[in-house]
Amino acid sequence: MTFLNYLISGISLGSIYAIIALGYTMVYGIAKMLNFAHGDVIMVGAYICFYAVSRYSLPPLVGVILAMLVCTVLGIVVERLAYKPLRSAPSLAVLITAIGVSYFLQNAALLLWSSNPKVFPNAFVINTIDEAGNPVVQSSIDLFGGQLKVSFVTIATIAICIVIMLALLWFTSKTRLGKAMRACSEDKGAAQLMGINVNATISMTFAIGSGLAAIAGVLLCSAYPTLVPTTGSMPGIKAFTAAVFGGIGSIPGALLGGLLLGIIEIFAKAYISTQLSDAIVFAVLIVVLLVKPAGLLGKQIREKV
Amino acid sequence: MANKLNTLNKTNRWNYITYLLVIIAYVILQVMSSTGSISSSLKGMLVPICAYVVMAVSLNLTVGVLGELSLGHAGFMSVGAFTGVTAAVSLQNLIPFAPLRLAVSMVVAALFAALAGFLIGIPVLRLKGDYLAIVTLAFGEIIKSIFNNLYVGLDESGFHFSLLSDTTDLSENGTLIIGGPMGIGSIQKISTFTAGFILVMITLVVVFHLVNSRAGRAIMAIRDNRIAAESVGLNITKYKMMAFVTSAALAGSAGALFAMNYSTIVANKFDFNTSILVLVFVVLGGLGNMLGSIIAAAALTILPEALREFSDYRMLVYAIVLILVMLATNNPTLKSFLARLKPGKRGEKEAA
Repeated sequence: MTFLNYLISGISLGSIYAIIALGYTMVYGIAKMLNFAHGDVIMVGAYICFYAVSRYSLPPLVGVILAMLVCTVLGIVVERLAYKPLRSAPSLAVLITAIGVSYFLQNAALLLWSSNPKVFPNAFVINTIDEAGNPVVQSSIDLFGGQLKVSFVTIATIAICIVIMLALLWFTSKTRLGKAMRACSEDKGAAQLMGINVNATISMTFAIGSGLAAIAGVLLCSAYPTLVPTTGSMPGIKAFTAAVFGGIGSIPGALLGGLLLGIIEIFAKAYISTQLSDAIVFAVLIVVLLVKPAGLLGKQIREKV
Repeated sequence: MANKLNTLNKTNRWNYITYLLVIIAYVILQVMSSTGSISSSLKGMLVPICAYVVMAVSLNLTVGVLGELSLGHAGFMSVGAFTGVTAAVSLQNLIPFAPLRLAVSMVVAALFAALAGFLIGIPVLRLKGDYLAIVTLAFGEIIKSIFNNLYVGLDESGFHFSLLSDTTDLSENGTLIIGGPMGIGSIQKISTFTAGFILVMITLVVVFHLVNSRAGRAIMAIRDNRIAAESVGLNITKYKMMAFVTSAALAGSAGALFAMNYSTIVANKFDFNTSILVLVFVVLGGLGNMLGSIIAAAALTILPEALREFSDYRMLVYAIVLILVMLATNNPTLKSFLARLKPGKRGEKEAA
């Protein structure tokens, strides 16, 4: 049962990584840039939701929607101001700019919301009444006669991840905009010749990625409730790793990479060593990349001579 | 002197100008610090600046000359810092003369970092582009995790190592050198600005000689067109490894210099953010341009200090400056404007 418990928390953490990794992978696929500021968008989303819920006592769902709106706008604004002028610049220049944006967001958050850790409220609870008639806040569900305890956050995270994944797969394969996105990631020049507005499509990708980052931020902070301005950086790096793990640019790859990374991390923590769990995660990544140099589901591009 | 400079070819001329500028900067700063005309905060930053300059130049060898993006350069700095300080502590009685001890421990640090670079290079250099970058990032994080959990002690019977928990079991007069997450405490501060300057000069000599040698041209050929380089019979792995290991060794000695400027050092100091910081120096200074790396490293290390008057806003300003500089240097209008200012420049660049 403990094994099952670890597996479920691994899948839950992996789902969060997967949602963040989606943002990385979509932006990489279309703009061929590593958006290092993505992790900090997660943090912004979490802060917006935190303030909406605990300061202005809005219902959690409104908080999440507000966070998504703010992050979507943030994503578009950052893309327009910082990345769009560098469309034809060398990729390293864009990378450094992304790092600059990341510093900017972290320090702006530090000034706006201070470095004091905020305790994120758990929105995934049910108010019930126990046998004696007292109101009880229930945050988890017992299965198999109490042997397995699964919190609502975990269930919600996994469910939301599946919904997002299905929605995105439908979006990229069936809708006009999704097809435009795929066309741009395949060949920007040809896409433009076919009448696709490449710039608008790239903005759209950033918007979707940032909106997803807001959801990931809320889920992350519901599961691990300490919120500080650097909350997003480590999950950001891990999710980036997950995206590469699954093959960067591939949406199912991001899901697979995220889930595997989460499961490996939790298992390493549980069975090997808490302190070395990060090292183990990265070691597995290295081994995978040596066997499959383009990630698990990545396309191996043959070089033409 | 000017005549001699004119007879040299363009690359060599720039190399000599770089040496000259570094020496001038050293002399000026040395004079200023001995007359007490620079602030104590700047004085305290002289050694870190030297260490970052060496880091930037060595990373430029990987990113600019070899053309592979490395996101784990701080890992080699970490290896150098920890092995260097360990060497310095264990040689304390054997070599009482501090500068010599510093030099020996920097050599030890460079050797260990080179070894780490070699071992990491075997898998890393098989990959390409962003995959290579992510694996260097992964190695940087692994090195950080290991040093965060490594315990090294020294007593009469030699070194004792343990991982995860302190089971070194030292005798009474043994000392615990590396204490896991606590890092190394009570380091003797034997790094000096002069030592830093010498290290910068050695780094420049090594890098310039490598770049201007047959091997250096081979490395650049691989960067520009791997397939063409391979087809004329260049041993890709050998030359890539040569650049990567040299870069790692120099970073290692910079780490030792850096660590022995502080009384304590922890593994978390050399994390992903440090790697990124050095990468920022390299990109801002210009890929393959060593003088640019030196200036960027020195300027950006001082900048947060110089922005002190903005107090809380300084890192925000730093971020904005970084973004604006990247936007400005890559602005096509500005680029063509600058090219028009210097008529000869553009043609030369394209010819080179």
